Amino acid sequence: MTTATATAHTDDHHGPEKGLMRWIKTTNHKDIGSLYLWFAFTMVLIGGAMAMVIRMELFQPGMQLIDPQFFNQMTTMHGLIMVFGAIMPAFVGLGNWLIPMMIGAPDMALPRMNNWSFWILPFAGGILLSTFFMEGGAPAFGWTFYAPLSTTFAPDSTDFFIFAVHLLGFSSIMGAINIIATVLNMRAPEMKLMDMPLFVWTWLITSFLLIGAMPVLAGAVTMMLTDRNFGTTFFDATGGGDPVLFQHIFWFFGHPEVYIMILPAFGVISHIVPTFARKPLFGYSSMVYAAASIAFLSYIVWAHHMFSTGMPVAGELYFMYATMLIAVPTGVKVFNWVSTMWRGSMTFEAPMLWAISFVFLFMIGGFSGLMVGIAPADIQYHDTYFVVAHFHYVLVTGALWSIIAATFYWLPKWTGKMYNETLAKVHFWWAVISVNVLFFPQHFLGLAGMPRRIPDYSLQFADFNMISSIGGFAFGASFILFTYIVIDCIRNGKPADARPWEGAKGLEWTLEPKAQYHSFNTPPTRALIEKESQNS
Amino acid sequence: MSRLTSLLGGLVVIVSANVFAEYGFNMTQGVTSISRDIYGLHMTVFWICVAISIIVFGVMIYSLVVHRKSQGVVAANFHESTKAELLWTVVPIIILVSMAIPASTVLIDLEDTSKAEMTIKITGHQWKWQYDYPKEGISFISNLKQDSKDLIYSGNNRHKNYLLEVDNNLVLPVDTSIRLLITSNDVIHNWWVPDFGVKQDANPGFINDAWVQIDEIGTYRGQCAELCGKDHGFMPIVVDVVSKADYAKWVLKQQTAKAATLAKSSKTWREEELISLGQKVYNTNCSSCHGITGKGISGVFPALKGSPIATGDIKKHISIVLHGKAGTAMASYKNILGDADIAAVITFERTAFGNQMGDLIQPVQIKAAR
Repeated sequence: MTTATATAHTDDHHGPEKGLMRWIKTTNHKDIGSLYLWFAFTMVLIGGAMAMVIRMELFQPGMQLIDPQFFNQMTTMHGLIMVFGAIMPAFVGLGNWLIPMMIGAPDMALPRMNNWSFWILPFAGGILLSTFFMEGGAPAFGWTFYAPLSTTFAPDSTDFFIFAVHLLGFSSIMGAINIIATVLNMRAPEMKLMDMPLFVWTWLITSFLLIGAMPVLAGAVTMMLTDRNFGTTFFDATGGGDPVLFQHIFWFFGHPEVYIMILPAFGVISHIVPTFARKPLFGYSSMVYAAASIAFLSYIVWAHHMFSTGMPVAGELYFMYATMLIAVPTGVKVFNWVSTMWRGSMTFEAPMLWAISFVFLFMIGGFSGLMVGIAPADIQYHDTYFVVAHFHYVLVTGALWSIIAATFYWLPKWTGKMYNETLAKVHFWWAVISVNVLFFPQHFLGLAGMPRRIPDYSLQFADFNMISSIGGFAFGASFILFTYIVIDCIRNGKPADARPWEGAKGLEWTLEPKAQYHSFNTPPTRALIEKESQNS
Repeated sequence: MSRLTSLLGGLVVIVSANVFAEYGFNMTQGVTSISRDIYGLHMTVFWICVAISIIVFGVMIYSLVVHRKSQGVVAANFHESTKAELLWTVVPIIILVSMAIPASTVLIDLEDTSKAEMTIKITGHQWKWQYDYPKEGISFISNLKQDSKDLIYSGNNRHKNYLLEVDNNLVLPVDTSIRLLITSNDVIHNWWVPDFGVKQDANPGFINDAWVQIDEIGTYRGQCAELCGKDHGFMPIVVDVVSKADYAKWVLKQQTAKAATLAKSSKTWREEELISLGQKVYNTNCSSCHGITGKGISGVFPALKGSPIATGDIKKHISIVLHGKAGTAMASYKNILGDADIAAVITFERTAFGNQMGDLIQPVQIKAAR
């Protein structure tokens, strides 16, 4: 393990510990990144299995497989696991792996806390999943757990759910603190903020969103806990409380949460598109400002999730206008990606295919987002499958898409090996077609009047539900191929170059083909930083 | 195997067009001025989105086809343009303002309930709707029709209005401005009839309002739109909109029927009468939680089979049905069911599920306990 950057007194003589203890005791950002990613992947499979149960039950009218109570447990746990167990940890995993390498730092600023923030997750996830085996079953009140359905009317197992959410919150907050400390303190001394790659920028902004939003969620579940067990009535009108208060608190967390799950995705796409267009990212600084504006706006639009709760008309007008504003910085991002492609010299390896389809499909989700932001029209869209289609277009073909794109893009750097490009292309087309068969008809279902979270439906909704289910099974199956491609790459992949993509820029590509266990023990020079900068 | 057959069958159905399907691709225009305004907004915004996507996707697709390395293209190096950034900041803002203006007008109109000629109160219960006509003194519960309930778990011939039919339809007069007061007795529900353009949360302890003025006589269907527990998918809304003359007749009929119900509660009932009515009342009001066989759902809804209340003190049993149990899903049925219904259902509960208490509860006892 000799490298250009770590020649003098290196710590490499102690490599990773052997066996299981390596993973339990590790403070290495790469190990912890991998742990996060494997955890997220496991959760995608568990949450995905629940989605399969949902789509099977909705395949035809009538209840065939499960009962309505279990159906509600499925939709609730699917949402919770995908949001808190899959998408968020996957981005933290990417952040752990990539941020130190991208800013020329040897590791995260707080490595022991890093270990802790990961190892909380399996316990939180375990507690959450254990509720399935408790009396009364798992949470069945939707991932938004509106009071009083989640307080007065919920089974005792709900207290375990509350504890799990607290733990997940601890983990996220510690992860965010670590990323802020790393980016601000561990950055190569010669690297200015406006030299940082966009993935680092978007994660830095996301960290501030996490620090602002997660304590609010913790507050909401704590109020639930005291309402349930200690006689308070925050959300109960009979004691002077207000159930709508819960929704305000929840969405004050919930809306920033939406951008927590999409800003790092914007970062990923801003790396992949310039690489395969062989052209610098268009509008680097406007990309940074747009991400920051989106983050700011995300804090002041929360009640657009609540247009039918009976808000005063002035409140509805304000939240409608503020929400529409988000379209502006989001538009800037899309236009910049398209301008980056324009007059580039494009090739279409798997990461690029995923990134391009991200731009297309995320934009569809953005358009439906604009539509649901129009308050009077939202009266008809709210709580229908139109909304289900909308947020799956932004979270599946948005957030998840970028995670898969990032996996293919950086897999060579993580493993030192190349994945099978042909299989990866088959996988891409399989997934992109099936995901649209799955989610596009849900727009029609919602417009035709099908409420979300119902286990059975009238016959007018039968055909599109069946199409959607068929797409769902096919999309679910695509993960078998994805798993195979990744494992095949790790085991049998051909050795990759240090910079496997012709147009790739970034300090991570200056490392060995498989990034060494300890990288950047000496910081990169100004010349190298400038050469690898996205802001050139 | 049967799954595969039905899947293939499903594909055939999709191709050949299902006889039942009134193919819904788009939002309904509905039958109120509000629903038509909403439809108009929806289509305006939709076409603006289509126009923008034609431009953006068009540029992107052109670029993807032409600017390829395999076409021998050498990448340009431009990467910044303040003019371009300004252009695609300002133009979207102008488009957004042009959407916001009509949207604000509709929103303000939608929220103005001041010009109502009559008022209806709608109360959500797990999992049924209660309709009160305060001025006319009419009040009734509207449950999913037994016909649909029977088809949920075993249906081969589900009909057109499967899950969208109720035992008592809400009846409203045409061409009348009606204020809807919407609230809930337990969790949050949402009263939604797409054709009216009304979707309003029913919050426990608070009253929301909305208004409708329906232009066309007919039957309109909707559903609860806020997750409200186990049977959220099974609490539909059916509204019969009738002429003003027919509405007046209906009101008179309801008021007469109410007097008849009152008379029923003073007579002494026979056991078979009580049990048969009780079973009906139980299946409509109690079985969704406590189960058809009285077993409940462990950890969520208590069983009645052998329960301390159903096999214990009659007074306690009457009290819990009348007043509910605070802090649980057990609602108060004082204002939902009449004396005869409550007497019958308690008699049934104490006889069925192997409880065999053999008590006969008469409506007069309920009347006294109120």
